[in-house]
Amino acid sequence: MDHTSFLERWFRRVALSIIVIFFMFPIFWIVLMSLQTNETILRSPPSMSFVPTFDNYLAILAGRLDSNVASMGINFVNNLMNSIILSVCSVAVALCLGVPAAYAFARHKFKGSEDIAFTLLSFRFAPPLLVLLPLTLYFQEIGLADTYLGLVWVYQLICLPLILWIVRGYFEDISPDIEYAYRIAGHSWFSTFRKIALPLAGPGIAAAGLLAFIFAWNNFIFALVLASADKQPVTVGALAFVTASGIQYGQIAAAIVLSIAPTLALALWAQKYLVEGLSLGAVKG
Amino acid sequence: MGFLELKSLSKSFGDEIVLDGVSLSVPEGGTLVLFGRSGAGKTVLLRSIAGAIDPDGGFIAIGGEDVTSVPPEYRGIGMAFQNFALFPHMTAYDNIASSLTSKRMSASEIRTKVDAVARLLKIEHVLSHAPKALSNGQKQRTALARALVAEPKILLLDDPLRNVDAKLRFEMRLELPRLLADRGATIIYVTQDYKEAMALGDRIAVLDQGNIVQIGSPEDIYRRPENTQIAQLFGDPTINLLDVVPKQDDRGLHAFLSDQRVDFHGRFPGVAGRDCIVGLRPEALSFAKEGGFPVTIEAVTPFNEKTVTLATTLRGREILLSQPAQDPVPAGPEVNLQIAAQDAILFDRATGQRIAPEPDGNQVEEAA
Repeated sequence: MDHTSFLERWFRRVALSIIVIFFMFPIFWIVLMSLQTNETILRSPPSMSFVPTFDNYLAILAGRLDSNVASMGINFVNNLMNSIILSVCSVAVALCLGVPAAYAFARHKFKGSEDIAFTLLSFRFAPPLLVLLPLTLYFQEIGLADTYLGLVWVYQLICLPLILWIVRGYFEDISPDIEYAYRIAGHSWFSTFRKIALPLAGPGIAAAGLLAFIFAWNNFIFALVLASADKQPVTVGALAFVTASGIQYGQIAAAIVLSIAPTLALALWAQKYLVEGLSLGAVKG
Repeated sequence: MGFLELKSLSKSFGDEIVLDGVSLSVPEGGTLVLFGRSGAGKTVLLRSIAGAIDPDGGFIAIGGEDVTSVPPEYRGIGMAFQNFALFPHMTAYDNIASSLTSKRMSASEIRTKVDAVARLLKIEHVLSHAPKALSNGQKQRTALARALVAEPKILLLDDPLRNVDAKLRFEMRLELPRLLADRGATIIYVTQDYKEAMALGDRIAVLDQGNIVQIGSPEDIYRRPENTQIAQLFGDPTINLLDVVPKQDDRGLHAFLSDQRVDFHGRFPGVAGRDCIVGLRPEALSFAKEGGFPVTIEAVTPFNEKTVTLATTLRGREILLSQPAQDPVPAGPEVNLQIAAQDAILFDRATGQRIAPEPDGNQVEEAA
């Protein structure tokens, strides 16, 4: 217990606190806002003392947005459901397609495989709007516009490259000898994939899946352009709070808290895998 | 025709030729040691046999059947990897059992077999452990058990003692031959350790740059190495290689080392006057009571079983001498050495190839 180590620990605590405050303050502030009325939010100077109210949450869950001027219906719960449907389906499809593809790119180098992998990554380079406008026309023609299927398909532009490139790295980190050993022990390549490669890349797949989920959840532009009101996720749905009679800060804050909650819960639950997954490549052996 | 037959097997990675037309034949139940420095192509050759690597050309036959394009799971081979390649997410038991689960076999049958092989390798007490909870020696034994448990016809052992400590390596070097002989399998054993190679192999194949440069009994390779490289690889301390220009007279081919005459037995037509290298094993040299040639002792290194002496000749060439530990090293630094000339090996200096004596008319052992 010498002086240096005490100072170091103390300094570390302060640094960590500053970082936590820096990153968590907006969320903390939004939580506070969600428990206030528009009047208490907008008073100047801002104050921490207020009587907490759950009116904002109730209004959102009931689907009625009451302001001092008028009352209008919003469908936030529906938006939340859309977000869940779109994100879960997109990630599920991306995992089904991306994990085997990642394995193929990692293990079976063939002519042009690098080019294909890079092309898939390049989906992330193009500005989404550039793709979306022609895509809207095509989708209207073939009847995919404003369908979950069409949206999930377009969401693959976000999820698939992410999963493919992250998971590929994890497969490459598995010693090929381990897979050879299983093959030589008399197992087919498919059972080697299932029993050896998948479990060993498991944490990486979980991490990639979670990241893809967060990206899909936070997507705004695809659904804005391609979906009508009843298919829109929370990111687009939040626009409804900007009304002619003003911006409903309290309700927006409550909506944000509700829309963060699922990803936050998922991240907390998967935290163990996430840390294990993202650091697995660093420690060999 | 051998049980395991390789014909002009070749493999390149990009521009690098790793196997350059390797042909081999191992009889059923035989043990062949593949010996070579790292990068010689040993592991690639072994993996080609196992089916983990597809060769670019040539073919592999097991029991007379071409298996070149047969997937590894149908080749009926057991393999132990140099890095053990244990499945990290399975217990030692499941690792070993993995060789059996692919076959139609009941759980109790599997348990009996795994227990038997675990007892043989003395790892029964760690079967429930995950690989990362095992010591290196236990990992190595688990990997061996996995290779042995299905009683494969062919066993490929890729330098299995490389990653274990010296004491264990010594123990296993004694234990392995007995263990392997009991299985009756055809074995290919890869190693970089010449002592392991000499201890385990009926025959040793020396691989260099993707080619088999010599194949023969341990005795052959030690006494009649094909070239100076092989001569240097086998033997500790390393063979002495000295430049000479042999001369011919009516007593036969001979050379002078520090004015001492060394005779080469046998007929060597056309060798006289050529630039040559004479290879002298350190144990072929000894301190001379009288005669011999003068050297200066530079260093004496005692090992447990032998004493190695480094000396320099009058012309400043370094020479190593090895003798049993109980034999005294005379007080130096000026001493005389003598050579057991029948142990001298002659090489061509330009190519490094051994110059073999031409078979004598009277000696018919080769023909018989």
